[in-house]
Amino acid sequence: MSDPSLSRRDWLGLIARAPLARLGALWPDDPPEFTWLRKPEVGAMMVQGRAGAVGAAFNLGEVTVTRASVRLPCGTIGHALVQGRDTRKAERGALLDALLQTERGERLQATVLAPLLAAERQETETRARRAAATKVDFFTLVRGEG
Amino acid sequence: MQLTQGFADPAIDAARVFRIVLDAMSHPGRIVALPGIDAPAPCSPAAASVLLTLVDGTTPLHLAGAHDCDAMRDWVRFHLGAPLVGPQGAAFALGTWPALGPLSAYPQGSAEYPDRSATLIVDGAELRREGARLTGPGIAHEAFLTLPDVAALQANAAQFPRGLDILFTSGTQLAALPRSTRIGGA
Repeated sequence: MSDPSLSRRDWLGLIARAPLARLGALWPDDPPEFTWLRKPEVGAMMVQGRAGAVGAAFNLGEVTVTRASVRLPCGTIGHALVQGRDTRKAERGALLDALLQTERGERLQATVLAPLLAAERQETETRARRAAATKVDFFTLVRGEG
Repeated sequence: MQLTQGFADPAIDAARVFRIVLDAMSHPGRIVALPGIDAPAPCSPAAASVLLTLVDGTTPLHLAGAHDCDAMRDWVRFHLGAPLVGPQGAAFALGTWPALGPLSAYPQGSAEYPDRSATLIVDGAELRREGARLTGPGIAHEAFLTLPDVAALQANAAQFPRGLDILFTSGTQLAALPRSTRIGGA
């Protein structure tokens, strides 16, 4: 169930999708000392889609995002790009990203990432099960003619 | 590599620097002071302010000579996102005067589209109000500025309305030499 360690790409997504309250509950520590590389700034990004995931890309719509970058005293740099306009979440996410790359990362993988990952998997499974329950099997229908 | 913060307040600071650069461009030879921004050596604080204000993902940038170092490229990638290109495709170029090389290597614009020319940021040379005599739009009588190569810049001005616009930066100082300025000897 729990992976030994997630890649940076995985945890950036995991942190970005987690609600701020959940991040705060899992990682209530005071933030470490850091300097801003880029203070949280709110902007818009164009999200692209593909019909059936194979067609030509089209512009689906704009989504509000907030990004931030921090540097720890040791020189490690952390980035966050989160949906919405919550600057505190971007700050929290960037700090987590930076710390996960340091020697404190292993502990944080266990205390923060593992529960987030478990919750996310559970959510996906629940949704899949709920969707599966509404599935109609058309093979059971017999056509009236003949 | 130590990345540093750009503008503390991007919208306000960029607007302020834009106004200062505009002031320098409309008064060729005038030496103005820009807020200092930490940038990797050998880029001067003034040049960094100009880059943060004028360059973004839509303006190809050419880094010449010693300015084309790893630290500088990382800085450009993080703060500007500008594509790094050779001189012939550049909208902006940054370097010392010798490193930037012959002016003919850069886009000069065309008679129909004179705006499609490059802007050079000549970094490092000390700026003093002496040397070449400048006249033309934006100068009441005459102005003086230390120029690196008078003959090459005269040839550039002779192409008007085509030609390059040049910003000289040193420390936190900036002076501009638009293509419309006439350069007459000492």
